[in-house]
Amino acid sequence: MDSEIVIELINVEKSFGSQKVLDRVNLQVRRGTTLVIVGASGQGKSVILKHMLGLVRPDAGQVKVFDKDIANCSKSELKEVRKSFGVLFQNVALFDSMTVYDNIALPLRERTHLSEAEIRANVEEKLAMMDLDKAGNKFPAQISGGMQKRVGLARALVLDPSIVFFDEPTTGLDVNKSNEIYRLFYKTQAQLGYTAVIVSHDVPKIFKLSDHVALLANKQIQGCLTPEEFQLSDNPHIRSFVETTMGPIYSSEREESSFYEKV
Amino acid sequence: MVILKSVMLKLLEKLGYESLYLLEVTGRMGIFLFSCLGRVLAPPYKLNPIIRQIHFIGSRSVFVILFTGTFTGMVLALQGYYTLRKFGSEGLLGSAVALSLLRELGPVLTALMVIGRAGSAITAEVGIMRNSEQIDALECMAIDPYKYLIAPKFVAGLIAMPLLTFIFDVVGIFGGWAVGVGLLDINQGTFFQSMYKAVAWQDINMGIIKALIFGLLMIWICSVKGYFLHLDRSGGFGAEGVSRTTTSAVVLSSVSILVWDYLISAIML
Repeated sequence: MDSEIVIELINVEKSFGSQKVLDRVNLQVRRGTTLVIVGASGQGKSVILKHMLGLVRPDAGQVKVFDKDIANCSKSELKEVRKSFGVLFQNVALFDSMTVYDNIALPLRERTHLSEAEIRANVEEKLAMMDLDKAGNKFPAQISGGMQKRVGLARALVLDPSIVFFDEPTTGLDVNKSNEIYRLFYKTQAQLGYTAVIVSHDVPKIFKLSDHVALLANKQIQGCLTPEEFQLSDNPHIRSFVETTMGPIYSSEREESSFYEKV
Repeated sequence: MVILKSVMLKLLEKLGYESLYLLEVTGRMGIFLFSCLGRVLAPPYKLNPIIRQIHFIGSRSVFVILFTGTFTGMVLALQGYYTLRKFGSEGLLGSAVALSLLRELGPVLTALMVIGRAGSAITAEVGIMRNSEQIDALECMAIDPYKYLIAPKFVAGLIAMPLLTFIFDVVGIFGGWAVGVGLLDINQGTFFQSMYKAVAWQDINMGIIKALIFGLLMIWICSVKGYFLHLDRSGGFGAEGVSRTTTSAVVLSSVSILVWDYLISAIML
C-alpha cells in the first residue's frame, strides 16, 4: 500500500516577469520515500523546490505540505510547517561568520530549550556522523567544498526533520566526494527515516537512491515514476532525457531486426 | 499629432511605473519597520545578540567619536571666538559651544559617523547574507530572520546612538574648553558659567530625542536596504549589487538624518 502523501503540488503555475517557468505542475511526495526531480538546467527544478519550501509563492495552484496549503497560509502557519524541514542548499548557505560548530548548533539554540551541554553532545554526534570531528572550530571558508556540503547536511539533520530537501547536493564535487555525500544520505535516511526531495542532474547515479523520479521539461512534470519505469517510459520528453543523459539503453529496430522479427 | 500622443502616453506610463515602484518600496520599508519593532517587543528576549550588536555599533565606534567630537568642539571654539569677538561677547563662547553640540552637531555628526562605520557594515552584512541564501536558510530552519538578525540591531542602535552622542558632546565641550581656555585665554569660570546659564534641560532632551530617532533611522534604512537587496530594481546581484546598495543605504540614511534634524528642531524649538 502506498504511504501517506506529505507534499502535493496541484496545478502550480509560476512566471517571472513575462517568462512562464511552471505551467500546471502536479507532483506528489510520499512519506519516507525519496523523490528525485531531474531536468535540463534552467527548466525550473529549483523553483519547484522553493515552492515546496514556501520561499516562492505560486501565481496559481496549491502547494500542500502535511495537508496545509503553504501557498495560501499565514507566516506563522508556514513557520510551523517549516519546523519539520531540513534543507541542503545548492551553495550550502552556511553562515560564513560562524564556525562549523556554531552553524550546526544554531537551529538547536534558536529552536529548542536545550542546555549548552546537550547542544554540544548533539552537535558532536552529528559532526562524528559526517566525519567532521576535527572541523568544528573552522570557518566555512577554511574547509573544502565537500566538507561544506557535509556541514550543510549535518545542519539540515540536526533537528531530526521529517522532510529533507536537497538542491543539487553534489554540484561542484568530484566523483569521490559525490559518492561520499550519497553514502551519507543513504546512511542518514536509513537511520532517521526522513522523506527526501532531491533536485539533481547527476543521472544515472541518483536513480539508485530514488524511489521516484520526476522529469521537469516544457514547464511541466513529465511523469513521476520509479527509476525502472522512468528508463522504460514512452514519454518523448523522458525518452529524450534518458537518451541524452545515459545514452540509448535499448537498441533500435534497425540495428537488431532479427530480434524484432521474432517478437 | 500621433507622435505627440505616443510621447505623452509613454510619459504617463513611466510616471505610473515610477509611482507604483515608489509605493511598493515605501510599503515594503514600512512593513519591515513594524515587523522588526514587533519582534523587538516579542519574547524570547536574548541578551547576548544585543550585547554583541552594542559592541559592534557602539563600543567599536567610540574611538572615532572621541576623535571627531574633540576636533568638532575645538573648531567650534575657534570659529565661535573670532565671531563673538566682533561683538565683544567672547564670554559667551562656552554657551555657544555647548548649545551647538548638544542641540545639533552632537547628534548629527555622531549619526553620520556611525552610519559610515556601522551602518554601511550592516547593509553589506545583511546584503551578503541575502545574496548567499543565508536568510532563506534561516527561514527554512523556521528561525525568524527579523527576530534573529534585525531586531537586536534595532535595540543596539537605540541604546548605542544616545550614548555615543553623550560621549561626543562631552569630549566636544572639553575640546572647546581646551581651545577657548587653553589657547585663546578665555577665563575658565566665564566659559563654564555661560554654559551653565544657557543650557536648559530642553536642549539635552532635544539631543536625546534626535539621537534616538537617528539611531532608528540608521538601523532601519541600512537593514532594509540589505534585506531586500534581491528586490532592488537596479539589480542587487553579486559583489557589485552589494556595493551599490551599501552606497545607496549610506546616502539615503545620511540625507534622511539631515532632513529629520531640521524637522525635529523646527518642532521642538
